[in-house]
Formats: sequence, C-alpha cells, structure tokens
Amino acid sequence: MRITKRAATVALLTAATVALTGCSAAGTSGGSGDGDAAACAPAEGKVELTFTSWIPGIEDVVDVWNEANPDIQVAVQTGPNGNGGTYANFFNQLEAGNAPDLGQIEYDALPNFRVQDGLVNLASCDGVMDAKADFVDWTWGQVSFNEDDAVYAIPQDSGPMAMFYRADLFEANGIAIPTTWEEYATAAEQVRATGAYITNFSQGDINQFAGLVWQAGGTWFGNDGDNWNVDLTGEESIKVADYWQDLIDRDLVSTVPAWTTEWDNAYNSSAAWTWNSAAWGANSIASGAPDTAGKWAVAESPQWEAGDEASGNWGGSSTAVFTGSEHPYEAAQFALWLNSSSESLTMLNEAANLYPAAKAGLELPVLKEGVEFYGDQPIYDVFAKASSEVSADFVWGPTMTQTYNDVSDGFKAAVSGNGTLADALTTGQTATVDALKAQSIPVKE
Amino acid sequence: MSALTETPTVIRPAKRGNTPVAKVAKESPLSRVGAMTVMLVFTLYFLIPIWWLFIAGTKSSSQFTTTSPLWFADFNLFANIGNLVAYRDGVFLKWMLNSALYAGAGALLATLFAAMCGYALAKYRFPGRELLFNIVLGGVLVPATALALPLFLIFSQVSLTNTFWAVFLPSLVSPFGVYLTRIFASASVPDELIEAARLDGAGEVRTFFTVSVKLMFPALVTVFLFQFVAIWNNFFLPLIMLRDETLFPVTLGLYAWNSQVNQIPELRGYVLIGALLSIIPLIVLFLLLQRFWRNGLGAGSVK
Repeated sequence: MRITKRAATVALLTAATVALTGCSAAGTSGGSGDGDAAACAPAEGKVELTFTSWIPGIEDVVDVWNEANPDIQVAVQTGPNGNGGTYANFFNQLEAGNAPDLGQIEYDALPNFRVQDGLVNLASCDGVMDAKADFVDWTWGQVSFNEDDAVYAIPQDSGPMAMFYRADLFEANGIAIPTTWEEYATAAEQVRATGAYITNFSQGDINQFAGLVWQAGGTWFGNDGDNWNVDLTGEESIKVADYWQDLIDRDLVSTVPAWTTEWDNAYNSSAAWTWNSAAWGANSIASGAPDTAGKWAVAESPQWEAGDEASGNWGGSSTAVFTGSEHPYEAAQFALWLNSSSESLTMLNEAANLYPAAKAGLELPVLKEGVEFYGDQPIYDVFAKASSEVSADFVWGPTMTQTYNDVSDGFKAAVSGNGTLADALTTGQTATVDALKAQSIPVKE
Repeated sequence: MSALTETPTVIRPAKRGNTPVAKVAKESPLSRVGAMTVMLVFTLYFLIPIWWLFIAGTKSSSQFTTTSPLWFADFNLFANIGNLVAYRDGVFLKWMLNSALYAGAGALLATLFAAMCGYALAKYRFPGRELLFNIVLGGVLVPATALALPLFLIFSQVSLTNTFWAVFLPSLVSPFGVYLTRIFASASVPDELIEAARLDGAGEVRTFFTVSVKLMFPALVTVFLFQFVAIWNNFFLPLIMLRDETLFPVTLGLYAWNSQVNQIPELRGYVLIGALLSIIPLIVLFLLLQRFWRNGLGAGSVK
C-alpha cells in the first residue's frame, strides 16, 4: 500500500515536472515568434473545451455560443468563487495536468497564476491583439501587465468606483454633495451631527481600500521585467490611509464590516448615508436596504484635487487560458466572444450583475436605463465615465491573498485602537516582501 | 453548515443525562440543579442557531435584515421553498439527491465493509492480524481533509476526478467502523455460536450474514449513522474533486452560492432556506436511529 502510494507520487511529480518544463519551453520559444504562431493555430475538425467559472447562469450564455459554433463546443464547470476554493483547485489541476482550457480569474489573482507559469500568452492568437481597442484601456493593462506582446487573459468585467449616496437625506439636511475628499470629510462632520455616519470603513475589504489608493494615483506593485517592486507605503497610499485614520479617530465613520446584517441595517435605517463602491455594488444596497428604495443616487467619486477626474476600481475578473490547453486558439476565440459580444455581455449582466470591461459593453441598452432603486437615475452612465478615468498603471502582486490578510489584520487592529492604518500598510509591506522571497520570486528591496 | 455536525450532540447529552440525574437526585439537589443548568445552557447553545435558521427561512428577503432575527415576521416558508426549488431548474433538489446517494449508499457499503473487516479481525486468527488492526487504528487518526489533496492527485492519474466515483469511492472507507465492529464482534458474537453454525454446515459467509450480522446490529447502526453524517457533511473532498454542478452534494452547492452573495444578493435567501432543508434528513435519521447509536457507542467504549 505504502509502496504503491510512493510510486504513484513519484510518477506524479515526474509527470508534473515534465509538463511544466514542456510548457515553459513552449513559452520561451513563443517569444521569438515562429513557435508561438504554431502554438496558437486553429485545430482541424471539432474541438471541445472546458471552462470553469463561478458565475451562476453562465451555462446559458455558453449554450448560445455552442449553438452558433458547432466546431468549438465549450463545457462549463463550476465551483465557489476564486478565493473560496476555485483558485486552489486551479493550482491543483495545473499540478496534476488536468486544468480546464479556460478559467475565470480576478485581476488581482492573475499575477499569482502567471508567476506559477499557469497562463498561456495569447498575444499571438489571431484577433487577440486586435481586440485591444475593444476593451477599456486599464482593463487591458490588467491582463497584459502593461507589457507589449503580452495578453494573459481577456478582460471580463470591471468595478469602476463611484459614490452611492442618500440624495433625500443630503437635501433635507442642506448638506452639499461632496465632490472632493476634503468636502467629504466636512460632510462627514455634518452627517455625524445628525447622529448618522457618512459611511463605514470596512476593515476586511482591502481591495476597496486599494481602489481608493488606485484613484489617488498610487500603485502597490511593479515589475521591471526582472524584479518585483512592492510599494504599499507610497506617498498616495499613506495619504489615503491617513485620511481614513483621521475620520476613524474623530468617530466620523463607523467600522462595521461590509455585507453584514449590521451593515445592511445601517443603510436600511438611514444610519449610514454613502458608500464608495463599485458598479456591481448597486444591488448590494438595493437588497440590503429595501426600505430606502428610490432615495439613493450615484455621483462620481470625490476627488483629491477639485477638478480632477480620477476613479478607482474594485474587483473585476478575466477569462484566462491555462497552460496545458491543447487549443489556445479556439479558447481565445471563445473568450473574446464571451467578453465582448453584446449578446453575451447582456446575458452576463442580467444573470450576475457583471459590469463589462469591453467598451461596447458600457453602451448596452440595459446599462442605459434608469434604475428604480436609484430614483430612476441612469446610474451606469456615472460608472461608464468612471471606468474611462481609471488609471492603467495599477498592478497587482503575485501573493495578493497573503497581502490582503496581512493588511487586513493590521486594519482590524487599527480600527480597535492599536496602531494606525499606515502602520498596517508598513506591516503588509514587510510581510509581502518576505512572502515573495520565501517563494523565490525576485523582489527589489 | 457546522450546525449539522452538532445535531447528534444535541440529542445525546439530553437523553443520556436522564439516567445519571435520576441516580444523583437522592444525593444532592444542588448538584442536580447544577447539572440541569449546564445541560440547559448547552441545549440552548446548540438549538439557537437552528432556531435562527428556521426563523430566517420563514422570512422574505426584505424582512430578513429588518426584523428581529429570533422571531417570526410574515410567514413565507413555503414561498421560499418554492422559489428555491424553482431556481435554476431545481438544481438544489439535484444536490439533495446527490447527497442522499453519496451518504446513503456510501454509508451502507462502508458499514458492510467495516463489518466484514472488523468481524474477520475479531474472529479469525491469521499472521499479521494485530499489525493490520494497528494500521487501521492509525487511519482513525488521519483527518479526511488531509487526504483530499493526495486523493485528488491519484484520481487525476486515472482520470476519475469530477466524476461520481471521486467522492463515492473514498466514502467507502471507515477505519473507525472497523475498530468499532471489531470490538463489538469480539464481545457480542460468541465463538461457540459460530462453531455451532459451522457444525450445522453453514459456510463462513452464510454464518456472517445470518448469525453474526444480527448480533452486531447495534454497532452496525452506529457505524452507518456515523459514516452517513461524515459523508453528508464532507465538504472538502467534493470541493477539490468536483467541477460539474450536477454532481455537487448539497454542502458544496450551498457553499458555492454563499460565496456569490456579495454580487448576487438574492442568493442569500436561497442559501438560508437550503441550509434549513439540508439538515432535515440528518435530524430525521437521528430521531429514528438514536437508541441504536447510543447503545453502539456505549458498547465501543466500555466493552
């Protein structure tokens, strides 16, 4: 029993090593030109692909594709969301050599898969580079890591940020809608004077905080081709951290975690008035605070300097092709259709509130309509404008789960009075550099 | 989902408590009150989450956050169940059936195998018997979660991942069952009886099924229940093995929905009502079989 097990493990490891070496060899030769074109050529005859995504109802969208493309049949596989287990499964499958052809990966997890050699560079696949113009610039930056001739996934959805606010309460209390963060802090005082909070600072959602840093023009990671650069404590990050620390210190924002019953209740009972969140957040408020229907509105995010036009992004995912896929060409064609055809994007929006990354997707008729919960305001116009204002420079690091956890621990401590948000970033910085070193990922000190 | 594992504990202490209490009563009323208080606290501790779940299941999504979590608002239980069953062509019912199949058939076969193995270890003398038994005992110590990843890699080699068998086959193994049945068999199946059966001309297999199984029945029910609950609650193995939604057990399906709640808020209602429905089979099973379960557990620990 024991011996067979060991033999199996050895066989497995050997197989995995062979597979990985094979893949990286193909990748290197791909860079030189010829080999890549061969690697991404259409196959003869009928092709069957597997695609893992956790979006409920995506199989209906895939059915539409399958009907129109009898030679490229896609089978949907599913599971919990990425960090809930699907990413871990992808890594296991890559190791076992049975990864699906395509998989859904959020932008912040792409670098992790890339450093593990898990993704196929689709740049040489027919039509992929041409599609660059079809997607909002910054979303393309997320999947190309801002490199030329690199496309490691096709952008699917995005989370440009804006400010949800209680239009009725601001008006009734004669408080101006803040357009800068300075005004937001002033408004916070006025709101607090009525007994409510302007918003909550969510200690657990580091990607919301990252979105605010993104808006401020900060970046957390960089990669010069040889080394990763970690910069959680840059000037902009500290500026954002100090700003929120001040609001927390003066008890102008609450600290309830988002998506809890408490949090829902605060919105439903008018104890919280705004939420700086992403396009896909529209339904969170609508479902959590049903008694306030019709009283909400959406405005552009407050700016750091009056007259600026910058937005952050929170969330969003892409469709990637895994190494080991025998049909990257067909997979790329499917991924392009899935994420840029109006038919698919409309269905994805209706099934799972996905806010598209494709430029044409921002003009979908469903995203032009007024939304009843928001007083019939066509709120997605605000998000479309926000999307065009998101910087393309923000890059995620290869160990985001660890970074999120470390910073989140620090934020929780800061919220309960131990240290500050800026301290948490410093801790996160050190921990992230250590984590990269521990994984032998080259990092600049 | 952890409420599921707690269900057995709810029933056991309450029932078991009755006997000692009756004896102790003559000695000191104080210790009786003390024991009752402790039990009451624990009963509440285990039952309140279930009560909460039941209440949550009866509410419409808009009333869920806005009304008291421990008391009724408008009674929408049946409407909620209707919506859940209708959602995505009844995929929830499919998950319940899958769970019933994995747990029911899996536990039945696991019990049979464990019984045969334990019986053989108890009643036949052969070289390496103790070694074998000790290895099985070692298996009790290894948590199933730790084996999930190696199992995935092995199943990958034979292309069995993402199939029914990927979850079903590992469920057939119950080292604890072997341990329990061995202890029980050596205590409750007399050698003389087996000898008599042999003299009457029964083969070994027939002796096992017609004589020994009947004597070992309480232990077998215990093993069955134990394994049924373990498979029903098993979450990590299906999470790692399965990608096809139509193969999911109910635990994994609800977990997958729950991970989407931020983006698709209406799923929260389905998760709640689904969790409520998913514990009913376990409760029913325990109410029906609890006295066997108690006897079997006692036998394993004392004899």
